[in-house]
Amino acid sequence: MINPVQKLGASTLHLLAAMGRMLNFILYAIYTCVRRPGHPRHILKQLNFIGARSSFVILLTAAFTGMVLGLQGYYTLAKFGSEGLLGTAVALSLIRELGPVLSALMVTGRAGSAITAEIGIMRITEQIDALETMALEPFKYLVSPKLVASVLALPLLCAIFDVVGIWGGYLIGVKLLGVNPGAYFGEMEKSVEWKDVYSGMIKSLSFGVIIAWVCCYKGYYAEHGAEGVSQATTSAVVLSSVLILIWDYFITSVLL
Amino acid sequence: MIVMNELSKSFGLQLVLDRLNLEIPSGQITAIIGPSGEGKSVLLKHMIGLLRPDSGSVCVDGEEITTMGRGELNRVREKFGMLFQNAALFDSLTVFENVAFPLQEKTRLSDLEIAVRVGEALSHVGLTGVEAKYPDELSGGMKKRVGLARALLMDPRIILFDEPTTGLDPVISRAIHQMIRETHEKFGYTAVVVSHEIPQIFDISDSVAVLYRGKIIETGTPEEIQGSSDPVVRQFIDGSLEGPIQLV
Repeated sequence: MINPVQKLGASTLHLLAAMGRMLNFILYAIYTCVRRPGHPRHILKQLNFIGARSSFVILLTAAFTGMVLGLQGYYTLAKFGSEGLLGTAVALSLIRELGPVLSALMVTGRAGSAITAEIGIMRITEQIDALETMALEPFKYLVSPKLVASVLALPLLCAIFDVVGIWGGYLIGVKLLGVNPGAYFGEMEKSVEWKDVYSGMIKSLSFGVIIAWVCCYKGYYAEHGAEGVSQATTSAVVLSSVLILIWDYFITSVLL
Repeated sequence: MIVMNELSKSFGLQLVLDRLNLEIPSGQITAIIGPSGEGKSVLLKHMIGLLRPDSGSVCVDGEEITTMGRGELNRVREKFGMLFQNAALFDSLTVFENVAFPLQEKTRLSDLEIAVRVGEALSHVGLTGVEAKYPDELSGGMKKRVGLARALLMDPRIILFDEPTTGLDPVISRAIHQMIRETHEKFGYTAVVVSHEIPQIFDISDSVAVLYRGKIIETGTPEEIQGSSDPVVRQFIDGSLEGPIQLV
């Protein structure tokens, strides 16, 4: 019989071991990126998968996020007679916060889940073991290219998100609700600083690390057949999303 | 030579290898037989460092591999090839790309030289005209042969076969066994074959080890094993329901 205290102790040890393994994983992945980065064609393939093929969902999400910001912002600002600040409100919300976070969440759902499933299937069908028996480094083929591609793609996707979102806000605010176009862009230019832009980019870059780290890790240690891969995929998406939001709070408090 | 000494491995509360001792002689085909779920594949994975034991040692040509770091272990693994139970082909690559993969990644051969080597390796296992197919377009037997071609390509000194005929019909199974024997005679590698195929495995092996309850309970030539009076070995070879081996 295991008493509750033993159970708690065992769970704590298990959690600590898993955290240690995750930390080791990302440290070794970074080491591999520096020492033995994957072949450029592997990185390009991942850039295409994580970046280019996520662009449609990013465009769509960005356009509607910008439009809803335009709509909500207009009626809120109108209460104070400050409709002219709509461009500022939309741009700062997107550049500082919504662009990096929402683009990261979209990439997690679209590409992160696929990364976990791909690596997880390779694990349970012994393809990763096959790489090891050939004296090849699995991280070089499976983790490094994805980590590099994710870190490069996320800031670019975030930039696209910001621009499209701003135009979505313009469409609603200026074209539909009649805000002066000069005020929309003029106020934006006055209030958005470079610091806002690069803090958004730094966030995106760190979210890229989180996505590749969690999704590759979950796939790499998947077990127990198809059900295990399915659980790993779900868990990767949930954990990545939660970590993105938690990390967003901490990094915002530092960058502000 | 591979020497395992007092090797123990548990998964959770389940003890799979229990202070196991075994020597794999060089240049021979050694078969490891035993009931399902007794840890034969686990034992094989210890020989190439895919699993680390809880205690005990594994020496490959005199080098202890259980304490090696990745770099050193990869150097030792250069001596090995391995054919997995389900062939473990890379499912996103064609047959050609699968077989060529280790050459492309580990050598500076030209594309033409690689194509020649891949063609030779595939012809050794009796496969031609399948280079452009993907693994999911191949039968089980063909996958195993592609796996064997990939394992042979780097001229390994030791090849580990993890149940190479599981799930195949008797004709294909015999063909795979024959192929192992022929390639062994041609290239002179040390082979370790985990198998359930009784009695066919006795036809190709030079020595046999029987694994039961985490220990090697008997070793010998195929003739010695077939004539064994040990009740576990007897029951396993005869396929009898009566005896010490319990169905789980």
